[in-house]
Amino acid sequence: MPARPDYWRILTQPLIRQNPVTLQILGICSALAVTTTLVTSLTMSVSLTVVLTLSTGIISAIRRHIPDSIRLIVQIVIVASLVIVIDQILQAYFAEISRALSVYVGLITTNCLVLGRTEAYARHHFPIPAMIDGFGNGLGYSLILIVIGGLRELLGKGALFGIQILPLADAGGWFTPLSLMLLAPSAFFLLGLLVWAIRWILPEQAEASEHPEALRPEPAE
Amino acid sequence: MSELWSLFLTAAFVDNMPLTLFLGLCTFLALSKRPEAALGLGVAMTGVLGVTVPLNFLIYQSFLAPGAWAWAGMPELDLSYLALIAFIGVIAASVQLLEMVLDRFFPSVHAAFGVFLPLLTVQCAILAGSLFMVERSYSLAQSVVFGLGSGVGFAVAVAMLAAIRTRLAYSDLPAGLRGLGIAFVLAGLMSLGFASFAQMAATQ
Repeated sequence: MPARPDYWRILTQPLIRQNPVTLQILGICSALAVTTTLVTSLTMSVSLTVVLTLSTGIISAIRRHIPDSIRLIVQIVIVASLVIVIDQILQAYFAEISRALSVYVGLITTNCLVLGRTEAYARHHFPIPAMIDGFGNGLGYSLILIVIGGLRELLGKGALFGIQILPLADAGGWFTPLSLMLLAPSAFFLLGLLVWAIRWILPEQAEASEHPEALRPEPAE
Repeated sequence: MSELWSLFLTAAFVDNMPLTLFLGLCTFLALSKRPEAALGLGVAMTGVLGVTVPLNFLIYQSFLAPGAWAWAGMPELDLSYLALIAFIGVIAASVQLLEMVLDRFFPSVHAAFGVFLPLLTVQCAILAGSLFMVERSYSLAQSVVFGLGSGVGFAVAVAMLAAIRTRLAYSDLPAGLRGLGIAFVLAGLMSLGFASFAQMAATQ
């Protein structure tokens, strides 16, 4: 391990280049479920980033004391305790948002992103870089959530943060809300298109075809 | 009886775990490249959900629900905030137990989907099954049916996606869309299809 790891790189790498959602396929479940409005996406992003940063820090601090055979259980219990704290805070101070998020806050426990980062990074690094890595991945996740949440709320309701931006046709404006944007399929489509856009800009992320020989043109007869 | 049957259908199709509620998507996308693997995952999911949801129901009702300790003279005690840790523990333990039982008595079944079993501990769909059971206050019979129904719904969805993705081997996709991108678009199209089940339930 180098004497002084490049903290800036650890922080910015997961934003687009190593984005946890679009490249590592981690934490997709909650990324899609809570993005009907920008407020819920933002709450979820903040909760996940806090849990991820703290849990990678804690696990990295005690990484030498966790027996290898039971480390998954130990990690899950640490994550679950942090999630309970966040859930109680949300229920106490943001009751409405907490109801809108339903069970998805609790599901941060089993969010593959959290366990993925603690397993892949925090277990082998010092607490400070581990926390920076957790924070960076949290930001990368938040970025995707906010983009999708913003698009869905803007196109589905013509609003952002509940404030009307596009004048609705019902109220004399020109915008007819696309109610499909509020339903489940649109989240899949938007994330698929987002993945495509990122891979179009960064072609090295594209996956190789599974059957390259099937795509080769037929030999001329 | 018909009420339970309609709960089963709702859990399996209307509230389909991966396609309508976005639960368990990580494994849904990662293991849907081969139909055989997808089917194994679906069966394992059904088994684990069918066991853990009722088990968690019993634990929640007898230890964690508000007033569960009234018999011990502590009617004020409300431990429901511990549900998350308890559920995860139960799920991890039952997955481990299931794996040991399969390994001992059905080695061929264990070999077929042994790899997926440990993964199920951190599967959001399984934990969500138990959390929904609390949120919607199901009874014991309802929680059994709900667990099995959700598992079957997951199995159907993952097998269908795997079948479509196998066919995609012969399509000439843009490089950026290959793999994850097209899987999302496919899941979106399937989700549109499953949305029609919601209409069916509404008109019934």
